[in-house]
Amino acid sequence: MLYEQELKTFVEGTTNFFEVAAQQPASIGSPYLMEGSPSVHEYTGVINISGKREGVVYFTAPKAMLTVLLMKMQENDFSHETMKDLVGEVANTISGNARRDFGRDFVISVPSVLSGEKPQIPQKPGVRSFIIPINWRSHSAKLIVSLT
Amino acid sequence: MRNGKAVAKNGGKRTLKLMIVDDSNIMRRRIERSQRSEQLELVGTAGNGLEALELFKKTDPDVVTMDITMPQMDGIECIARLVAMKPAVRILVVSALADKATAVEAMERGANGFLNKPFTDRQLNEAIAELMR
Repeated sequence: MLYEQELKTFVEGTTNFFEVAAQQPASIGSPYLMEGSPSVHEYTGVINISGKREGVVYFTAPKAMLTVLLMKMQENDFSHETMKDLVGEVANTISGNARRDFGRDFVISVPSVLSGEKPQIPQKPGVRSFIIPINWRSHSAKLIVSLT
Repeated sequence: MRNGKAVAKNGGKRTLKLMIVDDSNIMRRRIERSQRSEQLELVGTAGNGLEALELFKKTDPDVVTMDITMPQMDGIECIARLVAMKPAVRILVVSALADKATAVEAMERGANGFLNKPFTDRQLNEAIAELMR
């Protein structure tokens, strides 16, 4: 069972990226729980977690949102590689926040990046996922927390 | 490894040479854009610790921004090696790893400052100005 404070750490890691890097805060939609593999957008940054909790946390965003985010960051390169780089940096921020707040109770991997709408994300069987919509400007991404 | 220019002089004042080390292209370009000044001249960028060591030997930078989590050789190891080659080098760690233990380890290896990602241009400029003081 996830604690609210643990979820908050992951959410803040995500929204902090938008607020600082793009100078425009993101808002949180209503979180919900689901079983099975949640659908993802074109670009997904994944961190694997073990220790006190086991599973994955990932940030998944559509290309349109990442394009605008890159523009806000004064970036001129909107290539596939740059999109992957950007979701990797968001995942990196989520990972850094978790390491700060959870310390050694959690072993957190270096982020990996997946693209495409049907990537293989290793979900633990029987674990339900918290889906937290991340709304920014007119776009919506998802933070998915799937931990035992 | 990318680029490598000679150092220039700035009205009699020595221009300091800057090297950027980060595995993210976005972050390298971001730091590069915000550090175009008469006091600092970019001598090159590297995407991991091994590339950084090679570039360091060729360009002898005075100031380095250093990511921590990178493939092949991480920033912590790279800091120790750079400081062994040039004890006077000034190193600013720019990393998403926000825990105190990482910052302490980087400082113990010879880093001079720590800036958390994500950062604003202002935070970066202040951190680099502090490093050069």
